[in-house]
Amino acid sequence: MSLWSRISNAVRGERLNREIEEELQSHIDEAIASGRDPKEAHRAFGSALRAHEASHSIRAAGWLESLLADVSFGWRQLCRNKVTSFAAVLSLALGIGSCVAAFRLIDALLWRPLPISNSSNLYVLSRKMTGFEGKPVEDGHWATPDFNLMRDALKNQADLIAISDADRTDMTWFTDDDMEKAHFVYVSGNMFPLFGLEPALGRLLAPADDRAPGASPYAVLSWDYWNHRFGRDPHVLGRSLHIDNQTFQIIGVGPRDFTGTEKGTVTDIFLPLSMNSFATQDSVDWHGTFLMLKPGVNPATAVEPLRQHLSAVNRAFEAECSKCFRGATQASIDRFLNQKLVFYPAGAGISELQKDYRRYLGVLGLLAALVLLIACANIANMMTAQAAARAQEMALRISIGAGRRRLVQLILVQSALLALLASVLGAFFAAWSAPFVLSLVNPPDNPARLALPADWRVLFFGFGLIILVVLLLGLLPALRASAVRPVAALKGGEDPHSPRRLMRGAIALQVAFCFLVLFLSSLFVASFQRLQNRPLGFSTDRLLLLETVAGKGQLPVVWNQTAEALRAVPGVNSVAISRWPLLGRIQINSDISINGAPPSPTRAFFLNVSPDWLSTMKIPLVSGRDFRPEDTSPGAAIVNETFVKTFFPGQDPIGRSFERGANQPLNKVVGVIPDVPYHDLREPSRAVFYVPFAEIDDKSAPRVVDFATFTIHTAQNPLALADSLRQLIAQSHNGLRVSNITTQLDLVRDQTIRERLIAMLAAFFAAVALLLAGIGLYAVLNYSVLQRRREIGIRMAIGSTRAGIVRIVTLDVFQMIALGGCAGVALGFGAARYVQSLFYQVKATDADLIALPTCAMLLSALVATLPAVLRALRTDPTEILRTE
Amino acid sequence: MAAIASTSGEVLRAEEGSLYPALYRMEEAGLIRAEWIKKDSGRRARVYELTAAGKKQLGVEESRWESVSLAINRVLREA
Repeated sequence: MSLWSRISNAVRGERLNREIEEELQSHIDEAIASGRDPKEAHRAFGSALRAHEASHSIRAAGWLESLLADVSFGWRQLCRNKVTSFAAVLSLALGIGSCVAAFRLIDALLWRPLPISNSSNLYVLSRKMTGFEGKPVEDGHWATPDFNLMRDALKNQADLIAISDADRTDMTWFTDDDMEKAHFVYVSGNMFPLFGLEPALGRLLAPADDRAPGASPYAVLSWDYWNHRFGRDPHVLGRSLHIDNQTFQIIGVGPRDFTGTEKGTVTDIFLPLSMNSFATQDSVDWHGTFLMLKPGVNPATAVEPLRQHLSAVNRAFEAECSKCFRGATQASIDRFLNQKLVFYPAGAGISELQKDYRRYLGVLGLLAALVLLIACANIANMMTAQAAARAQEMALRISIGAGRRRLVQLILVQSALLALLASVLGAFFAAWSAPFVLSLVNPPDNPARLALPADWRVLFFGFGLIILVVLLLGLLPALRASAVRPVAALKGGEDPHSPRRLMRGAIALQVAFCFLVLFLSSLFVASFQRLQNRPLGFSTDRLLLLETVAGKGQLPVVWNQTAEALRAVPGVNSVAISRWPLLGRIQINSDISINGAPPSPTRAFFLNVSPDWLSTMKIPLVSGRDFRPEDTSPGAAIVNETFVKTFFPGQDPIGRSFERGANQPLNKVVGVIPDVPYHDLREPSRAVFYVPFAEIDDKSAPRVVDFATFTIHTAQNPLALADSLRQLIAQSHNGLRVSNITTQLDLVRDQTIRERLIAMLAAFFAAVALLLAGIGLYAVLNYSVLQRRREIGIRMAIGSTRAGIVRIVTLDVFQMIALGGCAGVALGFGAARYVQSLFYQVKATDADLIALPTCAMLLSALVATLPAVLRALRTDPTEILRTE
Repeated sequence: MAAIASTSGEVLRAEEGSLYPALYRMEEAGLIRAEWIKKDSGRRARVYELTAAGKKQLGVEESRWESVSLAINRVLREA
């Protein structure tokens, strides 16, 4: 009560003064009214002013009063230099907003725990081994029988949970005509109970749903899917959904926040592990395995024994599973069996997106932080200049008894005002930019989705950031200002260079950071450009891709008939069929065996293509011929140049043959084509062979094909034709149905999304950094010219040349730029080494990549110093000396 | 103040103005309660009364003073 009344009195100080005044006055009036002599009454009362002062300080909170006075004083200071303050707030807002946005993304993707109980006890199992090709590989996928063995082995010590990757699959709710896509995840029945999740509706999957393969055709919807697909309709329970030829019944809806363990993807539908046909196969590694420690177990000591135990179980399983390694040499089998089990904490979820973007987001955070630091340096300089201009005022305040603490407070309050204004703006910027950047992360038809709540984690970070900024902005100028020596300052002659030294230090720092941002940006932009402009070896011009499925499969002849029908459509130039597109999601490799020898250690990737696929893709033949309609697989093959180098070194491959594994039918090479990127734009050339679309089995009967892609070269915009072509396929009623429409150009573009995103953001930050550093340079130089007006005037009067004036004005600043630039290069090399793996054919030591930021920096330095230099040259010595 | 001065036989004298900081301090400590009233003369005045805590504190202070002065008296007489 008492503190509260003191605080409220501090806020309404004037009223309090009037009240005290009135009471004291009434005391004297009373005395006079009771007949005392007015003079005697006044004398007996003592000093009214002292009583008033003492009363005021008792009844009002003094610290708050001084704070309020400082706030209003600081506000007036900001208002006095409206343009400067506005620029300061804006640049600071950009810095703070970028940092908070970067934090939101990093936190949401990498750090934020899953909304499950005991998330800190969750680990994911992975294994490190030497792959068949002799390279170290790491794999997090497991065969279900292996998983079952391991789970049973750990029975009482910990729980193992199986969760598959989210798969975006075709499904229907009614008939085949309204096919749609959803993200499916297969989970073991113990997942929901171990995660401590409760259904929002119905029931969740339970351990009983694991009992037998195919025995639990049940599905659980995620809350998110239930919400956006069914508008939270409770009658969804009991409905059926169809995937391929399986039917599942909806038994429940998951809890509101839980969207699966794969950060970046929102699971739509959970299915029991036992319902996937892979679940009974020893040789198919298809789902992730998670380990949940029992509650109360100390992870530090519990994990290692579990790891060793599981390692033994897994090794026994793999050794048993000998048919997994058909045809491989004993040496490579032994190498493969030499697996090392590793556990990773998975409390924040596990996903490819995390792996892909961890470093990119780190770079993003670094760039945002650097921009914030540059902005802070600018504003600290501005405040130093203002404080120096107020040196006399400060000296006066100190000499009439102001505590130095009050002076520090005065400046810190002003920087806090700036930071608060900026953080309000920055919050808006972060609220907009984090989802915006996230929306650019994945291809538009399958966007990355992350919960980006503005909760206490974000608030806490933001608050910490504001405090840091206030200290960065204000502490140095405040300490400097409060250290002012009144005698020297009031005489007007304290060392005039000392504030400039501080500012020059800030300039050097700023240049170093700016150079680092520019350097990293130029590396990322160059990397993106080189990746985007790399020669593909095939055309992406007007190539429509219709990814088509055919239920249980159709004979190649049906596919060919459909292609023929598509060819007849006006606007279609040519049509070819491949099993899957280049640079798409699918890549499959195969053993290669030459002359019946055991398979070579290197495997080759393959693709089934129809005749004319090469000409439709505009891939030239190096030698040999294209497929003919009568070619089949096995039988004929076209290989790329790397394949020739790997398997037929120094020979003419045409007419030679190879087998896909030991004792397999022969494939005769009929043609050679150049290397074209197969699955990844960044990869070095790999051995690829192409086989005819028409496959035959051992009895020479044609095999059915259940999915393939029509590659269509169109006369105009390919997507304009897409709809009519899809309908044409649907109307032919031969079981073929278009599952996805895209273009080859989009597939190529999707390959560079990460690089494009980081290049775009880096360029943005580079532009901001350059602008801020330029402004900072301009302000400091301008200030120093203003301050040295006297000196410059005198120098001119005694005959200094213009060149001499320019030299003294700019020399020290350019020294600082050189110093900062060198520091920036050193920092840049260090940082670039850390992110080297993100670059494509770009090295930090490339001369042009250092030259570019250097030129940009020098150019902006020139532009920034020009006005101040002109001002110095226009100094009129007579005018200056007259005012002295 | 005049009352204090006359009761103490002009031994205890203080400036009347110093009364108010003391009053305010006691008010902040919650020992007394203040209220503006309007006097018959039409003038506003602030009157103070002891709160429950104030009465208790007064008792404590009185007994402390008594024991201190008693002790001092005894010491003076012994000497």
